[in-house]
Amino acid sequence: MKYLALVYYDEKLMQQKSQQEWDALNQECIACVENLSTSGHFITGSPLMPTNTATTVRVRDNRVAVTDGPFAETKEQLAGFYMLEAKDLNEAIALAGKIPPARYGSVEVRPVRELMEEGNQAGGNAG
Amino acid sequence: MSMPDIFQVRLQEIYQTESRRVLATLIRLLGNFDLAEEALHDAFAVALTQWPTEGIPDNPRAWLVSTGRFKAIDQLRRKARFDVSYEDVAERLQSELTTEQEEAHSIEDDRLRLIFTCCHPSLAPEAQLALTLREVCGLTTEEIASAFLAATPTVAQRIVRAKAKIRDARIPYEVPEAQQLPERLDSVLHVIYLIFNEGYSASAGDKLIRHDLSAEAIRLARLLCQLLPEPEVEGLLALLLLQDARRAARVSADGELILLEQQDRALWDQQQIREGCNRVLRALASRRFGPYSLQAAIAAVHAEADTMENTDWPQIVGLYDALLAMTPSPVIELNRAVAVAMRDGPEQGLQLIDALLARDALTDYHLCHAARADLYRRLGQKEEARAAYRRALELAQQGPEQRFLASRLAELESD
Repeated sequence: MKYLALVYYDEKLMQQKSQQEWDALNQECIACVENLSTSGHFITGSPLMPTNTATTVRVRDNRVAVTDGPFAETKEQLAGFYMLEAKDLNEAIALAGKIPPARYGSVEVRPVRELMEEGNQAGGNAG
Repeated sequence: MSMPDIFQVRLQEIYQTESRRVLATLIRLLGNFDLAEEALHDAFAVALTQWPTEGIPDNPRAWLVSTGRFKAIDQLRRKARFDVSYEDVAERLQSELTTEQEEAHSIEDDRLRLIFTCCHPSLAPEAQLALTLREVCGLTTEEIASAFLAATPTVAQRIVRAKAKIRDARIPYEVPEAQQLPERLDSVLHVIYLIFNEGYSASAGDKLIRHDLSAEAIRLARLLCQLLPEPEVEGLLALLLLQDARRAARVSADGELILLEQQDRALWDQQQIREGCNRVLRALASRRFGPYSLQAAIAAVHAEADTMENTDWPQIVGLYDALLAMTPSPVIELNRAVAVAMRDGPEQGLQLIDALLARDALTDYHLCHAARADLYRRLGQKEEARAAYRRALELAQQGPEQRFLASRLAELESD
């Protein structure tokens, strides 16, 4: 049985952290992934860039509609996830537009962030 | 004129015609909006000191691009003393240096890339507007803020965030591929239309027309038309030209609104109308036109009539039918209702407007109540007309419109 663990936090609170605190937390995350990999429990995972980098894609009448920001339709619930490799946002949007549920609900596209030992982007006081 | 004066004038001209082109190319070369803006300023600063003694180069644009790029490399090298990660970027820029000839051909493409990047649909609409006016048109943040009645820090923040999103979400600096073009072009056309609209009828404040913004929108539409001659681009340009052609007749000497029926049609700009009409015909003939071309066709029918009565109302109603089929909207229904009233009489128009209000559309739209008031006035039903004018007046936000409605109301009350 596979399980998806989704991470939620209050971005505003996290942005109040100092760069040092933020980097320390990211180092903990790297260690956590290493432990889970060693024990064979880790399949895939990644942190994301903050929500202000989000783009929402919907397909209606065969037309791709692109809007700024994370989707905020509370009637819709998380139904799955795709980790995509794309050269830029336009390619990511084109790929997201091919995900079938984009015709019924919405697909949020957000860049993945790299976990670094230090200088982690946007989340500590850097953002 | 003395030599320094001639030089100043020439430099000013070069700044006006070339600065946006140079910026567009620098953004592509440097891959960074802020660095490109800095480089542009640096390049002009060097020109200001070098050109008076060494003369203006044969190709100022290419000179500015290459000077700007060298300045950016210097800048990155200086930053690299504190942060080594800049060294790689500086290295890459140094190694990618191309000749001026190689550069020249892609400069017009760069302007198109800049427009599409600023109008990317994954940026919020307000951010698209602000970024386009800032980067493509070269307006200052203060000018944009005052045009849209926003606080300067708010606009500045919108621009900063938009640039950060372009960088972090990796919005590419490119003209979309053919299959993506229709929907991407929509946002570009929409932004130009919004800029024009703000100029044609300011959303608030005491001035009805902001000619600077209308002119900027027309300039952008013309540029886009040259760079990307799609029928709907031509349709949008035609629409803007035809609307703007009535500018001199739309407002009285003391800044009051003059409705279409009272306008002195001799003041309409006939040359602009001819150009608009020709462009509409071309757009419609392509059979690949969209809603802007149809709106332009409606404006063209108005522009070609010598009086309100001699307007081809059946044709206008027909064009509204086509427009509604393409993009259903209550505002278009309202405009169609007004045209129907002209074709069939005020009662027919009122029926359509009342049907709109009955389904709770446009209840708070002042022009809906103003149109209703006018039709009652024409029928001689003063009581209903007064009530509708009062409702319109409550909802109107703009000085000249409020004064117009108040004067109509006063006329009815004095009878």
